[in-house]
Amino acid sequence: MFGNLDLSVVTASLPYLFAEGMVFTLTLTALAASGGIVLGTGLALLRLSGVPGLTHAAKLYVELMRSLPLVLVIFWFYFLVPYLGAWATGSPTPLPVGAFASALITFTLFEAAYFAEIVRAGIQSIPKGQSAAAQALGMSYAQTMRLVVLPQAFRNMVPLLLTQTIVLFQDTSLVYVLSLTDFLGAASKVAQRDGRLVEMYLFAALVYFAVCFTASLLVRRLQARTAIVR
Amino acid sequence: MNYHWNWGIFLEPSPEGAGTYADMLLSGLAWTLATALCSWVIAFCLGSLVGVMRTVPSRAANAVGAAYVELFRNVPLLVQMFLWYFVLPELLPAGLGAAVKQMPDAPFYTAVLCLGFFTAARVAEQVRAGIRSLPRGQAQAGTALGLTLAQTYRHVLLPNAYRIILPPLTSEFLNNLKNTSVALTIGLLELTARARAMQEFSFQVFEAFTAATILYVAVNLVVIAAATLLERRAAVPGGR
Repeated sequence: MFGNLDLSVVTASLPYLFAEGMVFTLTLTALAASGGIVLGTGLALLRLSGVPGLTHAAKLYVELMRSLPLVLVIFWFYFLVPYLGAWATGSPTPLPVGAFASALITFTLFEAAYFAEIVRAGIQSIPKGQSAAAQALGMSYAQTMRLVVLPQAFRNMVPLLLTQTIVLFQDTSLVYVLSLTDFLGAASKVAQRDGRLVEMYLFAALVYFAVCFTASLLVRRLQARTAIVR
Repeated sequence: MNYHWNWGIFLEPSPEGAGTYADMLLSGLAWTLATALCSWVIAFCLGSLVGVMRTVPSRAANAVGAAYVELFRNVPLLVQMFLWYFVLPELLPAGLGAAVKQMPDAPFYTAVLCLGFFTAARVAEQVRAGIRSLPRGQAQAGTALGLTLAQTYRHVLLPNAYRIILPPLTSEFLNNLKNTSVALTIGLLELTARARAMQEFSFQVFEAFTAATILYVAVNLVVIAAATLLERRAAVPGGR
């Protein structure tokens, strides 16, 4: 069954797979996760703001993103971003946007919806008395959020945010549909060039498993250590 | 923006010969729904089995269940899709492998298996959480009444657990539905693939994607409405 595996294909392509593919995957994951968390926090604050227009707009955005498949959203933004760029800069023709920039914008905006739900739950888990007490001390809404609610909420949320980042790390493999060279894209290109799909895809699966399994074990340990005993 | 909108495009005949662009998208929707429903059957049955395995008093069963969940949760869906489609036939005995490769509708069967096994890991986690959330007294009462372990699960624990996890199961069902779009990479002609094909044939990018978006949102709303109805019907009278 595994008799005719040729592992030299894998070893020969290691520099390409990691220096190009994995670096791309990790860069995209890190940038999209940071952007997504910032934007997601903004969305969550809008949704909890109680201002009717803002609350509904944020809710609509989150629900829409969450009801669409990521692949469709990737295609949407791939074609939409050049037009948005042209509109923003007043250029008469669609603005050429690189595939990486397009993927980064897509993942940031898409994951923001998922991060927003985590942040919203985190903020809601802080007892109402805390923000009431802050307001009684004369703090503004912004001060209450920044100094009282968000620091505690984020402490509770860190494990969930990291778990979502692991999901994001796996999801970035879908840039395959734009023919970008992420880790899977690199493996796939070597596989097709050398006609060695079995070795390359098994190796890719193994690497993804090792990274995600280790990361989720670490998150679980972190969760046990940072949990606030109530 | 100098994009030329043409909403009449849906009524124009598609270059595939049969039917309009609208028909093309609807056939994509049909494949999406068929894939989602068939894979859900596998995911629900296998996921329940694995979830139960993680809660029974047997170390071996717990370990197998945990290994299953970790394996299928820590490899991206797209990679799993490629493993099922490109790698598995090569690892089967030569004759069987060739037969699998020549099967008509191979992308559909592959996608159903892949999504079924993938989503089963998620369902298993929900089932386990549901069973764990029940008071321990329930299982003990079952034993005290002389029920075997299987009977306790069948008549006491699972009926309660499924009711508790209905909302998260609904969102797993919706995730599974959305995940069918990943199968376009192995050639399944589902909704996203058809929208993309329409864009390539007609150059009406945004009409095609808008239509696909509306269809996905509509299916989501229908599923959520159906789940709400199911929740109400399945609720234990007098319960919370």
